[in-house]
Amino acid sequence: MEIGLVELSRLQFAMTAMYHFLFVPLTLGLSILVAIMETVYVMTNRPIWRQMTKFWGMLFGINFALGVATGITMEFQFGMNWSYYSHYVGDIFGAPLAIEGLMAFFLEATFVGLFFFGWDKLSKVQHMVVAWLVAIGSNFSALWILIANGWMQNPVGAAFNPETMRMEMTSFFDVVFNEVAQAKFVHTVSAGYVTASVFVMGVSALYLLQERHKDLARRSIAVASAFGLASALSVVVLGDESGYSASHTQKMKLAAIEAMWETHEAPAPFTAIGFPDKEARETHYAVEIPWVMGLIGTRSLTQEIPGINDLVDEAELRIRDGLIAYDALMTIRAERDATSPELRATFEAHSENLGFALLLKRYVDDPREATEAQIKQAANDTVPGVGPLFWAFRIMVALGFSFIAVMLYFFYRASFRRMQFPRWSLYAAVAIIPTPWIAAELGWFVAEFGRQPWTVDGVLPTALSVSHLSVADLLISLAGFVIFYTVLFVIEMSLMVKYIRKGPFQDVAETEAWQERHIHRLRTHDGQGPFANPAE
Amino acid sequence: MILFEMIDFDTLRVIWWALLGVLLIGFALTDGFDMGVGALLPFVAKTDVERRVVINTVGPVWEGNQVWFILGGGAIFAAWPPLYAVSFSGFYLAMFVVLAALIVRPVAFKYRSKRDGAAWRARWDWALFAGGAVPALLFGVAVGNVLLGVPFHLTEDLMPMYDGNFAVKFLGLLRPFALLAGVVSISMLLMHGAAWLNLKTQGLVAARARRFGVIAGMVAAGGYALAGLWLALGIDGFAFANEVTPNGPSNPLYSQVTHGGSWLSAYAERPWIAVAPLMGFLGIALTLRGLVSGREVTTLLWSKLGITGIIASVGLTMFPFILPSTVDPNSSLTVWDASSSHQTLFIMLVVTAIFMPLILMYTAWVYRVLWGKVTEDDVTGNSDTVY
Repeated sequence: MEIGLVELSRLQFAMTAMYHFLFVPLTLGLSILVAIMETVYVMTNRPIWRQMTKFWGMLFGINFALGVATGITMEFQFGMNWSYYSHYVGDIFGAPLAIEGLMAFFLEATFVGLFFFGWDKLSKVQHMVVAWLVAIGSNFSALWILIANGWMQNPVGAAFNPETMRMEMTSFFDVVFNEVAQAKFVHTVSAGYVTASVFVMGVSALYLLQERHKDLARRSIAVASAFGLASALSVVVLGDESGYSASHTQKMKLAAIEAMWETHEAPAPFTAIGFPDKEARETHYAVEIPWVMGLIGTRSLTQEIPGINDLVDEAELRIRDGLIAYDALMTIRAERDATSPELRATFEAHSENLGFALLLKRYVDDPREATEAQIKQAANDTVPGVGPLFWAFRIMVALGFSFIAVMLYFFYRASFRRMQFPRWSLYAAVAIIPTPWIAAELGWFVAEFGRQPWTVDGVLPTALSVSHLSVADLLISLAGFVIFYTVLFVIEMSLMVKYIRKGPFQDVAETEAWQERHIHRLRTHDGQGPFANPAE
Repeated sequence: MILFEMIDFDTLRVIWWALLGVLLIGFALTDGFDMGVGALLPFVAKTDVERRVVINTVGPVWEGNQVWFILGGGAIFAAWPPLYAVSFSGFYLAMFVVLAALIVRPVAFKYRSKRDGAAWRARWDWALFAGGAVPALLFGVAVGNVLLGVPFHLTEDLMPMYDGNFAVKFLGLLRPFALLAGVVSISMLLMHGAAWLNLKTQGLVAARARRFGVIAGMVAAGGYALAGLWLALGIDGFAFANEVTPNGPSNPLYSQVTHGGSWLSAYAERPWIAVAPLMGFLGIALTLRGLVSGREVTTLLWSKLGITGIIASVGLTMFPFILPSTVDPNSSLTVWDASSSHQTLFIMLVVTAIFMPLILMYTAWVYRVLWGKVTEDDVTGNSDTVY
């Protein structure tokens, strides 16, 4: 096994995926915020809301272009760099990706053009429907991608077929309603909504600090803080749901995140802070909160959560069991139809651990020839990097809770303090713009790095999944992506800054026409002054 | 699941083989004109306003059109996993170049007119040109290589392996026949882009587009005829050497394949497939006539017919082969041994049957809303909303 190739392939995938996810959360959330703003416009007819729709829609468009472009890389990279993975699980994994295209991406991409080009060609209501279709398409996209990813974390509804040497789908229903996928979907889109809310609030706060576009900025904060508050609560609650599902689907990931070396009698304590040491298998200077871990992980006071050391022992047993399956598989492959039913039964009985035998392929070509030391080593390999997971998770959670506080504050000022925001809070809102991106990237890091050494948990090791390219191939593409993506990032940011600086486009004629109508209406109805606007 | 019982595995495989063709053709017919327009940009438009007119003819639709390509990738993954695994990694650097071109294109569309500087815009115009021309050329080169056979083999674990180092693998794609296929591909998409501009623009731009379209159409027809002749005289085909089971398991190593004979023997076995190349020639001929006489809607339709015929002819000629291997013919991927499982193919068919009509309906609606020519007044008067 060329380790260099595996590491380069992982690096490239991690880099392109994390880069792609710089744009996705904003697309997910901003599409909905824009659709909400346009809906308010259609209901109230006030031009300010149309102006808001156009302004945030413009920033959405700049972001969307790169989201789409970098998404193409993701769709093709499985085949390009992970060809054995593609062969091995394509029968299951390919389906949600294709359905994403059919059901979601076509919808969002077809209507996004009309959103920008259709202002004069569509009626108000039609255009609003188009905005919602873009938002719905984006969010459905996330659903199917997370069903695909959820299957990698918790591979349900599939079985190995010795004839075709791959996993095949046994239940589409199980794949779609995978509990991990469902929890991840809501967690991820909510994180996207929080990201967009923080972005909208930050840019609006900047305008308020600069004393311009105040009308637009205040209303934007009002919408974003309400939307963001609901989403921030949802992120944390659904993140907890993910933790609960991990306690019975991905025990090792959970134990690694918590740096739980030993199985603790129930209910286990939660290590708030500490310094995990993978070599010594202990956590230095740990600050523990009793009971909390057991409650989060099992929602009971009596169930145990297994620790890393016990899970390594379990992995060793599963490797030995998987070797029985592997041995049977080799005979079945050679004898094909002549295989005895007994041998097939043996294979079926042990096939769920076949993936564990494949862990040995890193050390020997034929796992059956592995030495005791290699089996022990492979069992140890099932422990992911504890330290980085421990810290990444804690930073993400801390950020998640702080978003609730921020949203709550701005929602309160917007709803009950006549949209007046103290200057310090506006500075803070600008300063925290990057934080939801940090939280989102750390979340993906925990999910994917925590799944190592597997691409599909318990089924296919990462080291086996790669394409047999040369290191030179990888170096060329990796260098290409780095240069290319850096240039695009700089251009994207400069355009964002330019359009934020330029501010919203004022539709003077429409605003004046509306004001005249408004004055007329007010005079004829209650005779009050036309500018008794509570927002000011 | 009565329906599931009713549709046999081999029938499903043929259906998915046809659907793969539909997706590739759908891509060529829609995103094809976007790429053609991009590649024509430096030739048909001389001033900035003209260029913006040209870009805005595809501005609102290229994003949806591009999904045909992405869906094509997804559908290959779902329905033909071995094909996805072998071809995408086997053509690694070529795929990377295509990716780069396809990434730069959306960005170029969105960002070009967001700044005023001439240098800024000229740079993005180049990006649009490359984003159209490079994939259009390389897709043809890939098809040419598929007809010639690709140097890969499968291990007993069905792990794809490739022979030769990276430079040989990339430059090795540029074989003469494959380059000819690339020329056919880019010229037919240029013709298609010209037919689109003929419909959506007026005046000088449309006149230039017609002139380039006629040249491109003639090159496409000539190249296509030459490629046919070459296939007849100088290129070996592939054939099964043993009895195949069309509903057997998807393991390419179970069949024996020989490299020899001619691809064109398919026309003796299934004479009706000659319809496809005839459609190709007829479509191009009528497109040329339409471009010369200035007809608009019908010209675009004839161009679609021609492209459909050319792409279909490749698939029909090779059937049941999808990706033949030169170094180990037994590893070749065919319709009968490179598909997903019966269940996955069935589920994907149900999903496609539900969503494809919806997609076609709303796409048609969007095109209807956007119907009409893009004029210079349109782009200069709406600088805040158009590209």
